[in-house]
Amino acid sequence: MHELAVTQSILDIALRHATQASAKKITSINIVIGEFASIVDDSVQFYWDLLADDTIAKGAQLCFERIAGEMTCTNCQHAFHPKDIDFACPNCGSQFVQITKGDEFRVDSIDVE
Amino acid sequence: MTIRVPIVENILNANDHLAEQNRGRIDSAGVFSINIMASPGAGKTSLIEQTLPRLKDKLRVAVVDGDIATSIDADRAANAGAQAAIQVNTGGDCHLDAVMLRGALEQLDLTQFDLLIVENVGNLVCPASFKLGTHKSILIASIPEGDDKPYKYPGMYRGVDALVINKIDLLPYVPFKMDYFKHGVEVLNPGVLTFPLSAKTGEGMDAWVDWLIGQVKAM
Ligand SMILES: Nc1nc2c(ncn2[C@@H]2O[C@H](COP(=O)(O)OP(=O)(O)OP(=O)(O)O)[C@@H](O)[C@H]2O)c(=O)[nH]1
Ligand SMILES: [Mg+2]
Ligand SMILES: [Zn+2]
Repeated sequence: MHELAVTQSILDIALRHATQASAKKITSINIVIGEFASIVDDSVQFYWDLLADDTIAKGAQLCFERIAGEMTCTNCQHAFHPKDIDFACPNCGSQFVQITKGDEFRVDSIDVE
Repeated sequence: MTIRVPIVENILNANDHLAEQNRGRIDSAGVFSINIMASPGAGKTSLIEQTLPRLKDKLRVAVVDGDIATSIDADRAANAGAQAAIQVNTGGDCHLDAVMLRGALEQLDLTQFDLLIVENVGNLVCPASFKLGTHKSILIASIPEGDDKPYKYPGMYRGVDALVINKIDLLPYVPFKMDYFKHGVEVLNPGVLTFPLSAKTGEGMDAWVDWLIGQVKAM
């Protein structure tokens, strides 16, 4: 798993923006993770406690907003959560569906003092 | 007083940025480059071994092999005729990233090559998230892995530019519903270029090699 590299990126982003805002302390970091991004929150938190230790982000709270995967039927516009056995629309049975949510992987904001 | 600083920045931005720099380097040498991804044992190295002799005297090829610890795959590529074969050990990491590819590119005089083939670490999840800067991402699916893989690993199937379906020589021996497989692929990656082939018998290799040569010529 690559949570270490990912955690380092989150920290870099947070510190850069905090410096730009002349902040003294980062209190929380708001992260959005889609279902298809395959990242484990707990491991990020674990690495965070190690990496952020001697930075102004020490002790900051990591808030994860999980976005469920979503598919939308191009036939009837029904939106549904995909099952890994089949990608057919549960409403009309159509096979013509598109992924509309779940790729997200970003830092949305930080709270600073 | 607490204030909220809006950011909205992709977490893998730093990697993406380095990937762009790699691309600049590859582009300025006029090289066409691919990143081959697949689960362990799908046949990444076998495909490279079958491809190299078919490009002999036509293209000068460099291979960069990502592997957790050994140099087995780079040695195989060198034996199969790669003009350069560089091993990148990821030291336990599950994927290559743009920094690792940059390190490999620094060891190559890119102007001496027409084609750069990168073999990623065998993994069907992680490599999809880390752009390297290559022109095209290639996924190898292999028949014995089963026909449900697009449904289980959508992230990987979504991002690729071409799909190789390897080990078609095994179709008579293992259950694999091609229609079911292809439906999953079509939903995730509509119209993706597909090359069914066997890196064992050589069946289907011509279409793949012709495509590669065409891409190099179009550079
Ligand atoms: N029957 C059959 N076997 C194949 C084919 N292609 C590869 N193999 C076999 O599959 C096994 C794995 O092939 P590799 O090329 O080493 O796979 P890889 O994806 O490079 O594996 P890693 O680098 O370890 O992730 C070997 O035993 C190959 O001989 C094929 O088209 N048909
Ligand atoms: Mg290999
Ligand atoms: Zn529908």
